[in-house]
Amino acid sequence: MHIIVCVKQIPDPEVPPAKFKIDPDTKKVMPPPGLPPVISVFDERAVELACRIKEKNPGTKITAITMGPGKVSDVVKHALAMGADEGIVLQDKAFEDSDSFGNAHILAKAIQKIGSYDLILCGRQAADWDIGQTGSILAETLGIPVVTVAKDIEVAGDKIKVSRVMEDGYEVVEAPLPCVVTVSNEVGLPRLPSGMGIIQAARKQVPAWTAADIGADPAKIGPAAAHSEITSLFIPTRDTTCEVITADTLAEAAVKLALKLRETKVV
Amino acid sequence: MSNQGILVCGEIAEGKLAPITLELLGIGRKLANDLGQELNILLMGSGIGNLAQEAIAFGADKVHVADNALLQEYNSDAYTAVAAKLCQKISPDIVLLGQTDGGRDLAPRLAGRLGGGLAMDCLELSIDPSTKLLVQTRPVFGGNANARIVSKAARPQMATIRSKTMAPAVRDDSRKGQVIPVEDIDASTVKVKVLERVKEKTEGVKLEDAEVVVSGGRGIGNAQNFQVLRDLANLLNGAVGATRAACEEGWIPMTHQVGQTGKIVSPKLYIAVALSGAMQHIAGCSGSKCVIAVNKDGGANIFKIATYGIVGDYKEVIPALSQKLKELLGK
Repeated sequence: MHIIVCVKQIPDPEVPPAKFKIDPDTKKVMPPPGLPPVISVFDERAVELACRIKEKNPGTKITAITMGPGKVSDVVKHALAMGADEGIVLQDKAFEDSDSFGNAHILAKAIQKIGSYDLILCGRQAADWDIGQTGSILAETLGIPVVTVAKDIEVAGDKIKVSRVMEDGYEVVEAPLPCVVTVSNEVGLPRLPSGMGIIQAARKQVPAWTAADIGADPAKIGPAAAHSEITSLFIPTRDTTCEVITADTLAEAAVKLALKLRETKVV
Repeated sequence: MSNQGILVCGEIAEGKLAPITLELLGIGRKLANDLGQELNILLMGSGIGNLAQEAIAFGADKVHVADNALLQEYNSDAYTAVAAKLCQKISPDIVLLGQTDGGRDLAPRLAGRLGGGLAMDCLELSIDPSTKLLVQTRPVFGGNANARIVSKAARPQMATIRSKTMAPAVRDDSRKGQVIPVEDIDASTVKVKVLERVKEKTEGVKLEDAEVVVSGGRGIGNAQNFQVLRDLANLLNGAVGATRAACEEGWIPMTHQVGQTGKIVSPKLYIAVALSGAMQHIAGCSGSKCVIAVNKDGGANIFKIATYGIVGDYKEVIPALSQKLKELLGK
């Protein structure tokens, strides 16, 4: 079985909001200084799920694939250290500022170049722009089924059983392979890469493919091909300023707070 | 522009139009009036009966009814096929769906199949008066910023809306409309089968539904200390939440995690105890009406989103707060 996991590099969501800065002119987010970017949290769970499938199904191969500018090979190395077997980076100036349709086209082309695959895993959304479309559009582009917001996958021959997260519980669906599954955080904590995993990952070669390498259609990628565009980006203003309650002792401050909550009918 | 009309993908829950559908009809009617276009709704299900008339009373001009045993419950393949076929037939300018279990699955597939432009989880929708384009406002970066999005050329313009963000449609039984059956539902499009649906029960108040949430962070120190938060939550009929750090320490099960990779809560009162307020945590609680921050560090980010704050050790603050509230509430 061959699993392809799509992973994205994002600014670390653990940053305090005060360090989160946007540029309203370019409508972009400025990376927080001094904090290295990380693998998107949902994608990390997709890698985790792939590793669990591999443990139960010997002979499974996992390929981690990423796209983006700069040193995005770090997230592929992270996936390799967790247990992926191979990695590929998709990097080209022409890829930049593509929307979900452009990204799906690029991923589809790269996946077609890889050739054979049984299962494609993506995070349910990237944990930066929270768009939540690429996995589904990728499946439509490849003409294969998609199952969204998965928390578990069980392989049974040429089919999979997927547990999907629902508002009041979950459902189990059966899908034929090949298919795309988008992965939710309910998978649980991803494994930490082992020391040996990190050493082996560091030694692995990660090829970088360009638009020409994968035969991407220039008319389908980049900002000009985007189906939607951002016209403004802003930090919503909060109409509250914090009223700090003080008193001689903390217990007295707590009493004042309780009275205030009752007065304003919050409780 | 050849595309015309607004199409709402309706949802049926327990034999009625779901609350999200009434919100979609409410905003759909408004956009249709602004554009001078018709409001369509697609109802998919089995045994739809008089719900088509209901949809008309709530503002629809045309109701497309796909009534088939295959559509009894949400099935991604079947619903996508029916909705895509209808869109190809009537070429709507705008398609609206709910950000629900079904809608968030259906919308991107439909966009992918039709080549439309989609924004998910929208908080506001409006028509730009000069361009007549649909302007969609949605949260990004876990709600730490909002983006406005338009699709200049891709059609249909598509949006899913977050529930409880739009005013529901007002019923008017004198309204007239047209009911159009959707034919030719093709079972061969269904590749993914639903085997079972499991409803999970939670003990006590469900975190997502709680009106009061008391959350603890790394500063709580250990598992035992969470008891003071539980006591306060119980007193207020609330639920206990936690940050990722506290869950990863093993002080409280992961199911209590509030944040980007945990639960998204929007209670009336969110009491944030000994937590600093990382972006990924704020993503899970920024919809709270009133936030109380209790933290030793007065410079912690959580004070920036709080209504009230106390700077100090929670071990002195929370028990005193609980005791006074108990007295005030007569418990």
